Amino acid sequence: MKKLLPLAALVLIVVTVQIITEWTDTRFYLTQLTMSAYYALLIIGLCVVMGYAGQISLGHAGFFAIGGYLSAALTTHNLVAYQNSALIRMLDGLGVLVSGQDIYGDALIAVTPWAACAVAVVSAAVIAWILGIPVLKLKGHYLAMATLGFGIITYRIVLASEYFGEADGISEVPAFQLLPGLAVSGDFGAREENYYIAWGLLIIGMILLRNLIDSRVGRALRSIHGSEEAAASSGVDTARFKLQVFVLSAVFAAVAGVFLTHYNGGIGPSESGVMKSVRYVAIVAVGGMAHLWGAMIMGVILNFLSLRGVFGSYDDAVFGLILIVVMLFAPNGILSLNWRGYAYMIFRLATARKQSGGKTDGPA
Amino acid sequence: MTVELFVQYLFAGITYGAIYAIVAIGFNIIYNTTGIINFAQGEFVMLGGMISISLLPYLPLTLAIAVAVLVTMIFGALLEICFIRWLESPSVLRMIIITIGLSILTREAALHIWGESIRSLPYFVGNEITTVAIWGARISPQVLWVIGACGLMVLFLSLFFQTTSVGREMRACAANRKAAILCGINTRNMVTLSFVLSAGIGALAGCVMSPITSTEYSIGTGLAIKGFTVAILGGLGNSMAAVGAGLLLGILEAFSISVLPLAFKDAIAIAILLVILFVRPHGLFGSATAAGLKEF
Repeated sequence: MKKLLPLAALVLIVVTVQIITEWTDTRFYLTQLTMSAYYALLIIGLCVVMGYAGQISLGHAGFFAIGGYLSAALTTHNLVAYQNSALIRMLDGLGVLVSGQDIYGDALIAVTPWAACAVAVVSAAVIAWILGIPVLKLKGHYLAMATLGFGIITYRIVLASEYFGEADGISEVPAFQLLPGLAVSGDFGAREENYYIAWGLLIIGMILLRNLIDSRVGRALRSIHGSEEAAASSGVDTARFKLQVFVLSAVFAAVAGVFLTHYNGGIGPSESGVMKSVRYVAIVAVGGMAHLWGAMIMGVILNFLSLRGVFGSYDDAVFGLILIVVMLFAPNGILSLNWRGYAYMIFRLATARKQSGGKTDGPA
Repeated sequence: MTVELFVQYLFAGITYGAIYAIVAIGFNIIYNTTGIINFAQGEFVMLGGMISISLLPYLPLTLAIAVAVLVTMIFGALLEICFIRWLESPSVLRMIIITIGLSILTREAALHIWGESIRSLPYFVGNEITTVAIWGARISPQVLWVIGACGLMVLFLSLFFQTTSVGREMRACAANRKAAILCGINTRNMVTLSFVLSAGIGALAGCVMSPITSTEYSIGTGLAIKGFTVAILGGLGNSMAAVGAGLLLGILEAFSISVLPLAFKDAIAIAILLVILFVRPHGLFGSATAAGLKEF
C-alpha cells in the first residue's frame, strides 16, 4: 500500500495537469511535457545503472539514437526498388510491411512501426549486451571512457552514413499506431492522447524499476555498489547482474528513442551527441543517484524547462551551473536535502524570535 | 604510398599527436595529485588560444602568448580554489561531475564573450604557404613549432618533477597523500599548483596549434576527449606513456584518413582504444596491480 501511494499521487498529478491545461487553454505545454516524459524514461533507466549498480555510462544517448534512428529509417526508407526480392516478399507475407503513397504520390513500401520498434529495441538490447560484456569489466575512469567512446562512435556513424540521413537526420517519420485509434504522432489534435501515452509509459517504467530494485536483483545491485569484491565473495554473480541492468537501461533508452522519434516525426544527429549523454548523467546526479523518484522528477522538470526555452541561449550554461551547485552543496541530490529539517528550523527561528520578544519582562 | 606522402602523413600525425599528448599530460598532472580527471582540461587549450588572439592587436606575438598563458594559469588556480579546494573528502564521481560542469560553463562563457567565429593566430614564421622540405615532403614551419614546443614542455616537466623540490613534493602527493601530509607537505597547495601547471601547458599548446587548427569556443570538448583517450591509452598518471600514446593515436588518425572517409576519423581512433581497453583494461603501458589499487 505504501508503495502504491506515490504512484497514485503521480497518476493524480498527471491527470490534474492535463485538466488544468484544458481549463486555462494552455494545451501547448503538453507537447513539452510529453517529450520530457520520454527523456525521463531514459533517465530512470540510467538511474538504476548509476545509482544502484554504481556503474557510470556516458553513452546512453547512443542507445537512444539506436532506437530512434533504426525505427525512423525502417519506417521511412522506400523498399519499392526491392519489391520483387525474395526477402521483401517473405517480410510482406509476415505482415510487417505497409504500402502506401509518399507525399509525391509515388508508391511506398516500408516496414510497419510495430516491427520497426521491435527491431530497434532488440538491436539496442543486443548491442548493449555485446558491448556490456567487455565494458562492464572496466572500472571508474576507464568505464567512463569506454562508454563515452561508444557514444562518439554512434554519433559518427549516424553522421556519416547516408542511410541515417547524415547531418540532416531523418524526417517524415510516420505515426506509430499503437492500438486502433491510439497513435504516437505529433498531430496537434492528438496532443492529449500522446501526453497520456508518454506518461503511461513512464509510469509503467517506474513500476517495473521500483519492483526490480525491491527484489533480489535490487539487493544484489546495491551490494555491488557498496563493494564489488564483497558482493562477489558472498556469491553474487556481479558480472551477470551488472550486464542485465545495463541491457535493461539500454532498452529503456531505445524505447524512449523510438517513441520520441515517432512523436517528433523525425530525429537528428544531435540526439546522439556527447553533450546529451552528459546531460542525462547530470540529471541523474541532480536527482540523487540512487533515487528513482528524484531522477524522474528532475528529468521531467529540467527537460521541460530546457525544451520550453526558458534558459534561452544560456541553456547549456544553466545546466553546467545546476550541475556545479548541486554537486557542491547537495552531493546526494536536491531531494536528499533535509527539507523537513530546514522547514522546522525556519519555523523554530521564526517562533523563537517572537517568544524572545514576549519574554523580555520575564525572569532573566 | 610514396615516401613523400608517407612523411607527409607522418608529420600531420605527429603534430596532432603532440597536442593530444600535452592535453593528456595535463590530465595526468591533476590526476596524480587529486585522483580525478579534470574534464575542463580542453577548455584551458581553448582559453590559451582565444586570449592570445584577443591580445594580439595590442601586444607583440610573444608577449600576447605569455600573457594568455599567465591568465589561463590564474584561471586554473581560481577554478581549483573556488570549486575544489574547500570540499571535505569528496567522492571521485562528485569531482568529475563538478569538472564537467566547469567545462560547460567555461565554454558557454567563451561563446558569449568571443562568439561563434573561428579565429587563429598568425603563423609564427612566414605564412600559410611557407614550407620546408623534409625527405621530399612539404612541411609548414608551424608544424615544427608545435612539435618543438610540445617536446620542450615534456622536457621541462620531467626536469621539474625529477629535480626541483616542489616537483618532488608533488610526486610525493601522487604516491601517497597521507604520507605526504605527515611529511609536512601542504597537499592542498600542491593540488592548486597542479591545476596551474595543467592550465599553463594547455594554454601554451593552444597558442602554438592555433595557426594550424584555428581556435573557436567549442574546441575544448573534442580535445578533452582525445586527451582523455590518450591518457587512458597510456595508463592514467603515466605522463611519459602519454607522449607515446599521443603520438600513436595522432599517427593512426592521420593514416586512417588515407583509407577511410574523414567523418570516421574519430570513430577509428576510439574503436582502437576500445579494443585496447578490452585486451589490456589498465592501458597500453599501465600496470594491472596499480590499476587495481585505485579506488576509481
